[in-house]
Amino acid sequence: MLELDDIQYILLMRVPALTGRYEFLSFRNATGGRAWLSGIREKVQSAADARASLEKEKRWVTVALTWNGLRALGVDETSLATFPEEFKQGMVARAEMLGDTGPNHPDNWVGGLASPGLHAIVILFAGDEAERERCVMEHNKFISQCKDVEVLSSLDLQAVPPFIYAHDHFGYRDRLSQPVIEGSGEVPTPGSGAPLKPGEFILGYPDETGPPVNLPQPEILSRNGSYMAYRRLQEHVGMFRDFLRQNAQTVEEQELLAAKLMGRWRSGAPLVLSPDKDDQQLAADPQRNNAFNYKEMDPQGYAVPLGSHARRMNPRDTAANMNRRRLIRRGATYGPYLPEDAAEDGAERGIAAFVICASLIRQFEFAQNVWANDRNFHELGNERDPIIGNQDGTLEYKIPKRPIRKKITGLPAFTTVRGGAYFFLPGIKALHYLATLGDVR
Amino acid sequence: MSSTTSGGNQQDWTKPSAMAIPKGGVFKDKVEQGRYGPIFPKTPACYGFSILAKIIPGSEERFYEYARNVEKAVAGQPDCLAVLKLHYLRWVLFQIKGDTYFMYQGIFDTDFDKYTEDAVALFGATGLKTVFENLEGFPKDWQTNAPAFIKFVREHQCPSFLEYGEYPYVSADEIKKALKLKAAFSNMLDQMQ
Repeated sequence: MLELDDIQYILLMRVPALTGRYEFLSFRNATGGRAWLSGIREKVQSAADARASLEKEKRWVTVALTWNGLRALGVDETSLATFPEEFKQGMVARAEMLGDTGPNHPDNWVGGLASPGLHAIVILFAGDEAERERCVMEHNKFISQCKDVEVLSSLDLQAVPPFIYAHDHFGYRDRLSQPVIEGSGEVPTPGSGAPLKPGEFILGYPDETGPPVNLPQPEILSRNGSYMAYRRLQEHVGMFRDFLRQNAQTVEEQELLAAKLMGRWRSGAPLVLSPDKDDQQLAADPQRNNAFNYKEMDPQGYAVPLGSHARRMNPRDTAANMNRRRLIRRGATYGPYLPEDAAEDGAERGIAAFVICASLIRQFEFAQNVWANDRNFHELGNERDPIIGNQDGTLEYKIPKRPIRKKITGLPAFTTVRGGAYFFLPGIKALHYLATLGDVR
Repeated sequence: MSSTTSGGNQQDWTKPSAMAIPKGGVFKDKVEQGRYGPIFPKTPACYGFSILAKIIPGSEERFYEYARNVEKAVAGQPDCLAVLKLHYLRWVLFQIKGDTYFMYQGIFDTDFDKYTEDAVALFGATGLKTVFENLEGFPKDWQTNAPAFIKFVREHQCPSFLEYGEYPYVSADEIKKALKLKAAFSNMLDQMQ
């Protein structure tokens, strides 16, 4: 039985938000940090809260902490030592292995995200602009009273038009394939696999191999918690569109090339099920838009190239141990929309996403290190993920095709990592525990 | 004739190649970091490991029993080790001053760091267990504690100081593809008679 009233809502649900804001905070001392946490805590919704109020609610708040943040709040060394090594080290220390080199290197990150002083994040999702403004003003007012809490940076979020469905600045529909957690009440769509044991995403529950083990201590701190890898990924929209125009003649061929990079048409329709032309109805039908596999339906990659983003991030029946590699994705787009006919304006735009999992090293880092950045994934020899892989202009992209494949050489980097961090997402009771750490128990 | 790709570099499989490896097993100026630590380099003999450890006294018979189990498991399901991207494995027992030691050598196509949790899961799931359970110092909770398993393996890995490949850098999949092509051509020629 999932303790829905103790699990932060973000772990279990997506909310109908069109806008939002992330605040990145640093605590000057433990008392100041705990005072802030005490104040914000009551705004944080559990999954039970958010479900009960989904119809009328217009804002949703999540709080998470880095390992340095836990220390800054006064968590003792014995407890700090029980957290996993990769979380203790933080994303900056793991940069090379994650492929965050060259322009993606933490030296180039913005917003103080590479700083050891990054302690906490507040994630606000809001139904509309007015609600965001109201919440931001309220939080600013509260922060101004917390003299020992510093705002390192903020990031405003904004959905990309048209708002009919969620998509990124490149135009790709998002949120089509998500794992379902056993006991959440959700029913997986066809092709999404059986519900996974909660311990794959929520600490304190059995996972795919058995009962929970090696949890951070004390239990009150880790129970119903999880880990979140944050990635701020700039999308070079002008360059992406130029690339499509340079490598495909007609508009239809450009759409096909965009689809070949992703593994789905930009509408979301899966290439496996509709290899030659887009199919908007298929894209919008949850009973069909995820109902495919690769091993039987497209072993050679004639529909979905072996190295495409979707095939790397979720190889489905072509990888071993898939149930231990799944990820929950949350997040939003940021930056101004670049209209289809407009020239690149130099403004930063992209996606600011969270990957939620019970083990950063086994789930997030594996996906990043192996699936996204292993040049020899599926024996491809000289490729990385065309969307999120570390591209330095020396790699290629192969599109299987009869009689001979198409090979694009010198693939450019369509995205750049602008920041990232590892956060611990505590349960509601754990937030209270942390906020009252200094009190006599 | 020379079109084997490997890690982005064109490697000439027709030209046998040897690689001298510095002390410690890695090239300090170009060591690649994996999730669990530095990755031992790919050589003309592909990736590999040589794990050496002392066995728990009196457990020798279990190694022979394990060998029979692995033989049976692979015969029953020939692709049961496919996930490990192997070329060859060798298991050896030997004596030093009356103590029995175990050596486990593998040659494979992906660095051990990448799919190491899959290996742990495989040993747990197929009933193969692991013969490592009979080694001194092996973590008892290995099935639920992949990092401890990996730490043991890393601590007992003896890196090569020299490796040689007669057909360097060629992957097992490429060899299998080449043999399939050869068979297909033979079949085609038969059909042409």
